[in-house]
Amino acid sequence: MPTTTDISFLLNDEPQQVSQLAPTLTLLRYLREHLDLTGTKEGCAEGDCGACTVVVGEKDGDRLALKTLNACIAYLPTLHGKAVYTVEYLRRNGGAHPVQQAMVDCHASQCGFCTPGFVMSLWHHYETRIDQGGTDRAELANALAGNLCRCTGYRPILDAGEQMFKLPPVRFDFAPARKRLDSLPGGSLHYEAGAGRFYAPDSLDELLQLRRQMPDSTLLAGGTDIGLRTTKQFRDTGPLIYTLNVPELHELTVDDDVLRIGAAVSLTDAYKAVCKDYPQLAELRDRFASPPIRNAGTLGGNLANGSPIGDSAPWLIALGAQVVLSNADGDRTIALEDLYTGYMQQSRKDDEILRSVIIPRPVPGLQFHCWKVSKRYDSDISAVCGAFALQLEDGKINKARVAFGGMAATCARAGGCEAALNGKPWNKTTLAAAMTALDSDFSPLSDMRASAAYRQTLARNLLQRFYLLSGSDINPAGEQSLRAFTLPENTL
Amino acid sequence: MSAARQPLPHESAHLHVAGEATYIDDIPESRGTLHCAIGMSTEAHALIQTLDLDAVRAAPGVVLVITAEDIPGVNDCGPILHDDPILADGEVHYVGQPVFAVIAESREQARAAARLGKISYKPLPALLTPRQAHAAGAYVIDPMSLTRGEPDKALSAAPHSLSGQFDVGGQEQFYLEGQICYIIPKEDDGFHVYSSTQHPTEMQHVVCHALNLSQHQVTVEMRRMGGGFGGKESQSAIFCGIAAVAAAKTGRPVKLRPDRDDDMLITGKRHGFAYDYEVGFDDEGRILAAKIDMIANAGFSADLSGPVATRAICHFDNAYYLENVAINAYCARTNTQSNTAFRGFGGPQGALAIELIIEDIARTLGKDPVDVRAVNYYGKQDRNVTPYGQVVKDNLLHELLPELLDSSDYSARRKAIADFNAGNSVLKKGLAVTPVKFGISFNVKHFNQAGALVHVYTDGSVLVNHGGAEMGQGLNTKVAQVVAHELGISLSRVRASAADTSKVANTSATAASTGSDLNGKAAEDAARQIRVRLAELAAELYDCKAADVVFADDKVTAGSTQIPFSELVATAYTHRVQLWSDGFYKTPGLSWDKDTLTGNPFYYFAYGAAVSEVVLDTLTGEWKLLRADLLHDAGNSINPAIDIGQIEGGYIQGMGWLTTEELCWNDKGLLTTHAPSTYKIPASNDCPPVFNTSLFKGENPADTVLKSKAVGEPPLLLGFSVYFALRDAVANARADNSHALYVAPASCEAMLNAIAK
Repeated sequence: MPTTTDISFLLNDEPQQVSQLAPTLTLLRYLREHLDLTGTKEGCAEGDCGACTVVVGEKDGDRLALKTLNACIAYLPTLHGKAVYTVEYLRRNGGAHPVQQAMVDCHASQCGFCTPGFVMSLWHHYETRIDQGGTDRAELANALAGNLCRCTGYRPILDAGEQMFKLPPVRFDFAPARKRLDSLPGGSLHYEAGAGRFYAPDSLDELLQLRRQMPDSTLLAGGTDIGLRTTKQFRDTGPLIYTLNVPELHELTVDDDVLRIGAAVSLTDAYKAVCKDYPQLAELRDRFASPPIRNAGTLGGNLANGSPIGDSAPWLIALGAQVVLSNADGDRTIALEDLYTGYMQQSRKDDEILRSVIIPRPVPGLQFHCWKVSKRYDSDISAVCGAFALQLEDGKINKARVAFGGMAATCARAGGCEAALNGKPWNKTTLAAAMTALDSDFSPLSDMRASAAYRQTLARNLLQRFYLLSGSDINPAGEQSLRAFTLPENTL
Repeated sequence: MSAARQPLPHESAHLHVAGEATYIDDIPESRGTLHCAIGMSTEAHALIQTLDLDAVRAAPGVVLVITAEDIPGVNDCGPILHDDPILADGEVHYVGQPVFAVIAESREQARAAARLGKISYKPLPALLTPRQAHAAGAYVIDPMSLTRGEPDKALSAAPHSLSGQFDVGGQEQFYLEGQICYIIPKEDDGFHVYSSTQHPTEMQHVVCHALNLSQHQVTVEMRRMGGGFGGKESQSAIFCGIAAVAAAKTGRPVKLRPDRDDDMLITGKRHGFAYDYEVGFDDEGRILAAKIDMIANAGFSADLSGPVATRAICHFDNAYYLENVAINAYCARTNTQSNTAFRGFGGPQGALAIELIIEDIARTLGKDPVDVRAVNYYGKQDRNVTPYGQVVKDNLLHELLPELLDSSDYSARRKAIADFNAGNSVLKKGLAVTPVKFGISFNVKHFNQAGALVHVYTDGSVLVNHGGAEMGQGLNTKVAQVVAHELGISLSRVRASAADTSKVANTSATAASTGSDLNGKAAEDAARQIRVRLAELAAELYDCKAADVVFADDKVTAGSTQIPFSELVATAYTHRVQLWSDGFYKTPGLSWDKDTLTGNPFYYFAYGAAVSEVVLDTLTGEWKLLRADLLHDAGNSINPAIDIGQIEGGYIQGMGWLTTEELCWNDKGLLTTHAPSTYKIPASNDCPPVFNTSLFKGENPADTVLKSKAVGEPPLLLGFSVYFALRDAVANARADNSHALYVAPASCEAMLNAIAK
């Protein structure tokens, strides 16, 4: 495919062609400062409040797949080849869209500043649920987990989310937009403006070559962390190499014994696949950042970022996942825990990229769970994330893999704890020994999320929770419920 | 049908949902607009030894760099005392304090350049907590004290007593629209200021003082804020002051919109409080004596801490008669952001302490806290005088509480929760009921005034302008409803315009919940004058008495004649009748002696109560709010939908303060929770699955606008019930079932610690 030098995308169905603007210009600034489309707001410039929420349409076969996105941290070139919709789009037919009418009818705006963001998240929910005839309250609350409102207390907004399906429907036809995307310049994007360079290769080969040629480059996937280098830290990113246009990195295959998830698969799609095998991860999925962040962010990026408080590494390490690292010379496969060598340090070479993640599928006798603990249920960074995988046979633990985030400089296995579990019956005595062993596995830090002592307590207590759900000597009827968040409504 | 008392949408709702409501950063920028960013202190307390800004000046796009010495007028933006420099002058008092400002061609250039300042400091000892400052005797204003009766004597004679310490953290306002100021120089040394502020007049004054101008040279305009919550009452002044100097020096329009992190690092928050208390009570739980020291974390300067502490003193009683009481309030000077107004303004901090004490009395006596509260409520005929000497004449709690307990099925749920807890070791439930009585009016008497202008145009459309600031609370909607009601027209005929110091002058802050009480009355006064003039004309034209002319449903009925309102207006114009009017209002009957802390500071009280039920995971401290029942008194509501929005929003905000919203400073005095990534306000899953909110039926016995009551701040205190439900769950999880949580917010960590204590 030929190389393209300008950024092309659709904005509210109108084609946009961009050159000469810095590649780190965010979509939000482009909308507000260059186009005077001021309906989309900046509340935090870090993807945590949702006032900047827009909807983006991407090619998905013949259809346009819609997703919410935080415009405040999305670099403009990442929209190349996509369709962007802002709040201004919804009144294209003149009248208020049912989402907007429901928000008015339910008194769901007070100061109004967060409102366009909520409207866009709700509109996305509307488009994806209208064929199912609606939604429920829990689904709505999760869909809005990335939108903060300081005025209403959310009840009227959730009401509006139900009400919008009861109004006469308004359906937009996305087929023309989908068609127009095909006519936008395709191929590899090499965008340069001033000192800024942005490369969006469209093949793995080109990606690996570019990376080798430019060791000072920054690999950019979903950009949910790197975006903040621009909006908050004013750091020079160097040349940006965008990985999400590489088809090979989007491969998602389900084999008999493993799931292979390409590094560019979004967190939304990756967790959707993983939760089919491991439904116990559903709560972690819902609490992992927010829908727009999960739509932008990728599983590969979450792992390659290497944060000690990332929420995917603990359960992947516990399951014994591997990662495939690639450079222009070829691939190598290593255990995920071997990727991390120290605080934000990795065994990945400068010219290597994380290509895919290989996740073992469930086997009989596997007891597995993972939980995060944070100050807030929605969209919060973990104080501790604990993952537990025990291979049980005849009541004995054949193989224990226990991993934590938030307990050390990297997401890491709890070696002492595993040793205390291996070969033992999964009972109260073993639990006690394993909890004690955990105390010497880690020396966590104190920070604004949790004290070291609380982190130690959480590590022990999450193991205890796991035991209460899976221990061999536990009477499952002993406790009515273990989880505050999933307390059955009939106990109200 | 009158436009008043209807649950009509917010006047801007249709704009909010379309992204068409204009906030200050949405106003098209004038040609040549420059952008400003602030260079901040990195020390909690230090002398500035050298200030090397060469790299800042040399950075791309930089037009000007200003420091304290560039301020032509007074380098101060303190609302009461003059201890609040706009830019630090020689000494810094907290991490985040503005030291210099950069003005550049773009906002990004200014922000990037602001990081290049090289400042060397000579560190000085810093006080970082209110208890540290209290121990050191460091205060921003003199301590305040109020005693009634003989607390020491009553305490020693009481059959039971308790004493303890309790600490509650502050709270970031987290308005979704951050602070912003945009100043455009005008002809003849004038300035037009757009400021996201609750106090346009104060911003006018700050700009005038900083630039040595007369007030008629400066106009401040404010159409709407994206939330204020108190954080834009005094503290928008820093940004107006800096932007004004920049605009004056460059002669060009200057916009200052700090980044969220900078906003949170620079501006003050709700005051955290530390309490030491002693209380004596009888076998029924009746409080016989109470003594409390309240230490407010004022931050580095006075700002509004004095009035905040005053309101805390005046709300320590909350709903209860305290015959013998001694309250000492200290405004501790710490090397942190200067704390300021936040919805409730010290009232919540005062009332929280007595509610904690009541809960402890109930546990000590083995009684339901509901019963202990009941024996302590203000009486109707006796036991009805507050510690500060005001008689409580309008107490509704004797009727309101039983109604709420009944509608929320309190007794049955209390029993069900005990059963649940008996059958579960990991999860424990908690339940709490808390009442609120909240005094309405500014404690400073002269702030209780307001003005309005009503223009009736010849087509019968109406424009109302008033001194209040719309921040989402629905003030403009209510004021427009009042005007429509007064003129007998539909709301669609009435439009409210931006607060503007060139229209209504010398306004008070939109604060203390008084917005619609004051401005609604002033607008009613203006509209009434026009109606009287129209009625006189109609009486003359159609041969009836002016008093008999009826304005309703967009029509005017005079004798046997009925004509459209617009027709009478058009006729009135040709008869040279003045179709616009000013209006004015001052709240009657107020008195306050700030030396003795006694008087009648409040025109009336607003009441409410809430029941909250939670479930707590004793392994992690995680929890969920399962059900909330709120019953609140908004008098005869002008707009029930808007009032319910205020009640629910206040409740959730109060819950946030006392649960997930934790402000953390490190040992260097840096606020480490300075963005939504680390500072967690409630989100959508925190909204309880069962959420019942009702207005208590009745009308305000005081002569307020349409017999309504203020509703901005009081419901924040309803959120207490979540904290006390969690505290109940924590006690239920403890082996001895005693209370052990003496800190707020009730973070997951704090609750696990309390269970283990």
